[in-house]
Amino acid sequence: MKISEKWLREWINPPVKANELAEQLTSMGLEVDEVSSLAPAMSDTVVARVENVKPHPDADRLRICEVDNGTAELVQIVCGAPNVRRQMVTVLANVGSTMPDGSKLKKAKLRGVESFGMLCSSSELGLSDQSDGLIELPDNAPVGDDLMSYLELDDNVLEIELTPNRGDCLSVRGIARDLSARNNMPLQLHEITEIPGTHQEVQTVNLAPSSACVRYVGRVFNNVDVSGPTPIWMTERLRRSGVRSINPAVDITNYVMLEIGQPMHAFDLDKLQGAIQVRVSVEGEKVELLDGREVTLDGDTTVIADDSGPIGIAGIMGGSTTAVDENTTRVFLESALFLPERIAGKPRHYSSHTESSHRFERGVDPELQREAMEYATGLMINLTGGKPGQVRDWQDKPRMPGGEPVLLRRARLASLLGVVVPDKTCEQIFGSLGIDCQKDPAGWTLNPPSYRYDLRIEEDFVEEIGRVYGFDNIPRTSPAHNPVFRPVPENRVKPIAIKQLLANRGFQEVVTYSFVEEQQQTALRADLIPLALANPISADMSVMRTTLLGGLLSVMRHNQSRQWQSMKLFEMGLRFLPTNDRSVDELDLYLDASHGDDLQIDKTIQQQQMLAGLVVGDANPENWNTEATELDFFDLKADLDALFNLANADTLQYTATDLKTLHPGQSAGLMVNGVPVGYIGRLNPEVQKTLDLSQSPIVFEVSLAALSAAKVPQLEPVSRFPSVRRDIALLVDESVSNQAIIDCVQKHGPDFLRSVRTFDVYVGEKVEKGKKSIALGLIMQESSRTLEEAEVEKVMSTIVTSASQELGAVLRV
Amino acid sequence: MSLDLDSLLTDAQAMIANADSLDQLETTRVELLGKKGRLTNTLKSIGQLPKEEKPAAGQAVNKIKQAVQGLLDERLSVLENSDLQKKLAEDALDFSLPARASMSGGLHPITMTIERINALFGQMGFDVALGPEVEDDYHNFEALNIPEHHPARAMHDTFYFDASRLLRTHTSSVQIRFMKDNPPPLRVIAPGRVYRCDSDQTHSPMFHQVEGLLVDKQVGLSDLMGHLEGFLKLFFDQDDCEIRFRPSYFPFTEPSTEVDIRIGGGSWMEVLGSGIVHPAVFRSVGIDTEQFSGYAFGMGVERLAMLRYGVKDLRQFFENDMRFLQQFH
Repeated sequence: MKISEKWLREWINPPVKANELAEQLTSMGLEVDEVSSLAPAMSDTVVARVENVKPHPDADRLRICEVDNGTAELVQIVCGAPNVRRQMVTVLANVGSTMPDGSKLKKAKLRGVESFGMLCSSSELGLSDQSDGLIELPDNAPVGDDLMSYLELDDNVLEIELTPNRGDCLSVRGIARDLSARNNMPLQLHEITEIPGTHQEVQTVNLAPSSACVRYVGRVFNNVDVSGPTPIWMTERLRRSGVRSINPAVDITNYVMLEIGQPMHAFDLDKLQGAIQVRVSVEGEKVELLDGREVTLDGDTTVIADDSGPIGIAGIMGGSTTAVDENTTRVFLESALFLPERIAGKPRHYSSHTESSHRFERGVDPELQREAMEYATGLMINLTGGKPGQVRDWQDKPRMPGGEPVLLRRARLASLLGVVVPDKTCEQIFGSLGIDCQKDPAGWTLNPPSYRYDLRIEEDFVEEIGRVYGFDNIPRTSPAHNPVFRPVPENRVKPIAIKQLLANRGFQEVVTYSFVEEQQQTALRADLIPLALANPISADMSVMRTTLLGGLLSVMRHNQSRQWQSMKLFEMGLRFLPTNDRSVDELDLYLDASHGDDLQIDKTIQQQQMLAGLVVGDANPENWNTEATELDFFDLKADLDALFNLANADTLQYTATDLKTLHPGQSAGLMVNGVPVGYIGRLNPEVQKTLDLSQSPIVFEVSLAALSAAKVPQLEPVSRFPSVRRDIALLVDESVSNQAIIDCVQKHGPDFLRSVRTFDVYVGEKVEKGKKSIALGLIMQESSRTLEEAEVEKVMSTIVTSASQELGAVLRV
Repeated sequence: MSLDLDSLLTDAQAMIANADSLDQLETTRVELLGKKGRLTNTLKSIGQLPKEEKPAAGQAVNKIKQAVQGLLDERLSVLENSDLQKKLAEDALDFSLPARASMSGGLHPITMTIERINALFGQMGFDVALGPEVEDDYHNFEALNIPEHHPARAMHDTFYFDASRLLRTHTSSVQIRFMKDNPPPLRVIAPGRVYRCDSDQTHSPMFHQVEGLLVDKQVGLSDLMGHLEGFLKLFFDQDDCEIRFRPSYFPFTEPSTEVDIRIGGGSWMEVLGSGIVHPAVFRSVGIDTEQFSGYAFGMGVERLAMLRYGVKDLRQFFENDMRFLQQFH
């Protein structure tokens, strides 16, 4: 909310400067976002009247004006504004004025004609952001007066960001009330007197008991003249609160709302048809609103209606058919109370957030309606010449808002604040906030003022004491703590350890959005249906990711288009799989979605922690002693192996996969204990093409749960006896995988075969076409004795025979 | 015959001194002490001397032989040392050449910041909890005392999937899940992603929060302030860091406070919201409000990271430009 400092100071005037006033409000929980000065951008500007306007002999768009600036002689000004005319009262910057850029305004020659100053627009004066011509002042503005003093521009606008609980502060008086408590200083109350009616005319109003309305104050005004402008003192105050001037009647309703917090509405009485009915809408009814829209109503909205149907949405926006215009002569003013719980949600539903709805949603003082009507009546008489009728006040007393008395216990107060505030101070604070306070042995029984909807439970009053006493006066303490030992699980790898390992291996962690473009998602995993947002912020963030690869590919693209070609990336985070009546283990054939089932809200969506990586480009930055090699499958496989070694868990198996995301010949599924936990491989060139990527990176994605399940080491004795190594080279068909050979060797090898390593793979001239030679090193060792030559030989021959039988392998010699 | 031992020693001294390589020294040794060397010959010639002269001559020759051997050893060590020096000089490398190349990796600044927060609160006995990001209305709003149509909902521009499922707008939803599963006293923080449908230079549709919750007997606002002030001072680790507690409003805390920070006299920046847990929240998880009280807070990770590392544009965290990310290594 924006308010003028001068206006506020009419209600309370603490002896502090604007900035300190702002700090006081902020320290009370009424956060001041900005204090902006209203001083015009130019100095030495005066109210001036244009006396004569002549065309410029050499320029079509320029005019030569003679201007009265309050001095004895008229000054000649060349002006290009389209709205300049004779007898116009506007603002003149005299020669010598300081311009917004700090320079001095000089006498100038425009196309050969001298100009002794400049006529100003409101934007040039810094009074508005834009304007389409010279600023227009009322005809009776005192020519020659300094603009600053004429418009009281030595003022500041306080922009206050109010929290939703403080509806009572949505007015100058509301803000002043809190300042009164802060400064322990009474309000300079504005005398609002009851003005008796001067005629008998009334407007009938019927309140339906089911409506949101519990009080309706109305008054008829005759002989109203709203054809002239609203006085500048009022429009200036409205402007400083960000409210546009419409006509005197509407301006008065806004003025009263801004000053004391009661939203009001002015009807053109001659446009009303029959009695006003405040009732609940019938579904499908239509209403034409002041902003020009026609809105179709739901069946639970309170409307203001007449015989023609709805003419406004109660507490939210009036209708265009009964609006006051320049020809209006009879006005019916409404000052009503609508219950917040019945208004809440409606402005959003009808996209009609207004100053009025903002206040009714948060709660308007139930004791304010009559007072506001009387205040508005005085203004109507003065500004429009209107003749007031009798005030009618309809009330539905049982439904009026109000709270029960609350007991605030002294001990509870001290415990929740962490400080003992003396009773006297508490009572003084209650008094200053208008809270009625009765002593009780345990503390106080409290009754909040009618405008404080937010004071309903004991804790609410604790906060009141705290915020007026001052948070700065509360000590800083540390709560008592009896620490107990907490488990340090050794069978789980912490996510940070996984991240750290990858970072140490040259990977950069990235963080990308959890929502992605649907097409990209489908290109990557056409087999998974993503969860779509009902209200996405844009099409490229419309569905929840089913794989983390999309984000990584986007990051690759972003950087490669900025001359950063080689990178190793990883991201850790959730993927989201809608179940659509399938069981969780059916969701993803390639990567068990039930793995790590711990972040679920229900059975409709599976949220799974994932780790994904991508490598592309050169393995190392260009360097004098490192050969340039491109990152490949086996680079990334090494990283994956290192990750799984960290977990020290069950063996990771690489298995064949037909996942379409990946290159069919350069990919593998990852299995742990027969459960698919991820995949690795080159991005399928077809996917690369669809996504318009310049390169096909090697990627992996794995369930974080698979990486986190660690085993506590259980030691085996270290053998004191020498190990024996035997190397063999086996010739097999190219289709036989290394893993198949190793599996065969291990199956037929003895317990003392400790490890088998592949140290050479050869395909070429020296072997038959379609064959490959795989060289294995077998390391054997017994824990209790030295191995005999004969038994080693026997092992080797068994292995060679089995490999020959099972895989068609031939021993190369 | 007479044994010209003096000249033999003089010759030997000259020959050894002149040997300027290990090879030459070896030749000299053979010339002097080898099977046919001069000293060996001289020793042999002693046999031809009269019997009474033999012992003295023998002694004299042996003395010379020892002297020569000493000279040889001494020269050998000199030559070996100079040889080593030469070899070391040849092996010298240009240490100013770059190290063997390897790609440099690192953590994202968001992770670094969360780890820093975890470490500081870990010291005070806080556990780390996680929660789902696709949440239900109950945990994100209802249980936190934000019923439907509450004006506070307008402060959360929520992404919805349908009537009941949404993307969590804050990590406060983890409070509810954690309290349901763990009886008080408890101390927990919950870092994670949160979502609001809002995007400009100062808002990202996705950002990170760390939720904190402490429930115990007699926990008050002064405890909240003590902990948060202590945390912020250490997180920023700067003498010119000021902290301000400002009354505010959250439906799930009462009293509530927002915490602003100002570094080096700049402008105040809001970094977290906090307060004393609202009794309605405790009721929704079955904690006795007469027995226990607690504080809760939610801090914006990006805000803290921006202030700590001098990042000016929030969106940079999610652009993942390598030139940005690599500055955090």
